[in-house]
Amino acid sequence: MNLFLDGIAWLFDPAHYGGANGIDTRVGEHLAISGLVLLIAAVIAIPLGFVIGHTGKGRFLVIALSGGVRALPTLGFIAVLALGIGIGLEAPLIALVVLAIPSILAGAYSGFEAVDRRTIDAARSVGMTEWQVVTKVELPLGLPLLIGGLRSAALQVIATATLADYVGGGGLGHFIFLGQQTQDYPQMLAGSILVVVLALLSEAVFSIVQRLVVPAGVTAGRPKDARVRSSRPRVATGS
Amino acid sequence: MIEFHSVRKQFPDGTLAVEDFSLVLPSRKTTVFVGSSGSGKTTLLRMINRMVDPSSGVIEIDGADTSSLEPVALRRRIGYVMQNSGLLPHFKVIDNVATVPVLSGLPKKQAREQALALLDTVGLDRALADRYPSQLSGGQQQRVGVARGLAANPNILLMDEPFGAVDPIVRAELQVELIRLQRELDKTVVFVTHDIDEAFLLGDQVVILETGGRIAQVGSPTEILSAPANEFVASFIGADKGKRALSIRKTPTGDVLVDSEGRAAGVLVKSSEAP
Repeated sequence: MNLFLDGIAWLFDPAHYGGANGIDTRVGEHLAISGLVLLIAAVIAIPLGFVIGHTGKGRFLVIALSGGVRALPTLGFIAVLALGIGIGLEAPLIALVVLAIPSILAGAYSGFEAVDRRTIDAARSVGMTEWQVVTKVELPLGLPLLIGGLRSAALQVIATATLADYVGGGGLGHFIFLGQQTQDYPQMLAGSILVVVLALLSEAVFSIVQRLVVPAGVTAGRPKDARVRSSRPRVATGS
Repeated sequence: MIEFHSVRKQFPDGTLAVEDFSLVLPSRKTTVFVGSSGSGKTTLLRMINRMVDPSSGVIEIDGADTSSLEPVALRRRIGYVMQNSGLLPHFKVIDNVATVPVLSGLPKKQAREQALALLDTVGLDRALADRYPSQLSGGQQQRVGVARGLAANPNILLMDEPFGAVDPIVRAELQVELIRLQRELDKTVVFVTHDIDEAFLLGDQVVILETGGRIAQVGSPTEILSAPANEFVASFIGADKGKRALSIRKTPTGDVLVDSEGRAAGVLVKSSEAP
């Protein structure tokens, strides 16, 4: 308990603010790394997830990726990458992007898949182009699940971005690694607390966004509006 | 006028939905495809607006081969009404109705004004315009679906079991409404159903289909009822039993019509008194 109080006290010590190793600077770095990672991962995973969700092809890829990549030890991966491309931000960035992609991919893909086939068929029947089906129907209706994917990716990335400083990438890992090496446990604990707080904040923000993006008609009228079927028959045979 | 010339459709999974189908669907009339599951009736309907492309054969609309027409443009000028309304859950009623005109580039304000007028046409209160589909009853949703089908003022209206999912009372109401609409608007309607009573009620031309889109009989309800082409048609329309097989029974107080179970079903009146 003492140690915990020491950790809190460390956080509120004005001497630990400002400068290259100040808490404010490191929090900023940590957020910048996490944000950049999410951005890169989103740019890769969202279009890919949409293509898979829209066409219904390549589902095995999502399953294999999310299973396989989650088993990859990120610290080891960073170390290996750093051996190849050197110390700095690149190695942890790549490793974290790889970590973030499966969640976002699964969110984007399942968001598309969750849209009722009949709704999509109807949209196409009245004369929407494929692009309009994506932007006017699949995207708005699948957005909550996509945000859900981003949410879990953000949580993982913020927690794991502590490893970036292992190879000199910066961020809140600095306090944890430095605290460990110098046996300054209050500092180590303070670093962990900061990471936890950031993770919780990100959860809070994403859960609010996730609520906000649920399209009005989907919640209106029926509080417990369960999403109907997610099966995707390839062709409608005559019936 | 819609013409099918030796149309065949085999799906990639091997299902032969339609073997060899040829038929002319006259303009400004209602043609009903009726048959049980697997008769290919929905496939036939969906080939008209190229939601399904035939494996071989030609479909012409007013003489133009549909395969030469761009599918999206074609679909926008053909109204489509489906079971469970197929409304977009995140669009308000008014925007659902205005979907096609807006897609075709009509300014939103103008499209919404038209859509409001269409709500009147299909007998919906304008107050429902700002609701979402999930806030409407099944019957109301179907009416919105019909309004959307009419929004682009198409010559052709395709209806795929549009009243299949509503209760019998609402269905009867919607059927009467559709007959009224058809009288007012004079569209070429292609209607798919598995309900023979609905087919006889709505169809000018009724097409009874067997498995694989084989035509068992084509004709007006009167022609089919008075002379079923074969046993399949006779049993499908129930000509030999129930309320279709009526006979006259003389009673002390006058003649009554009885059904095959011997229950009184009605009386014979002079044709001038019957509409």
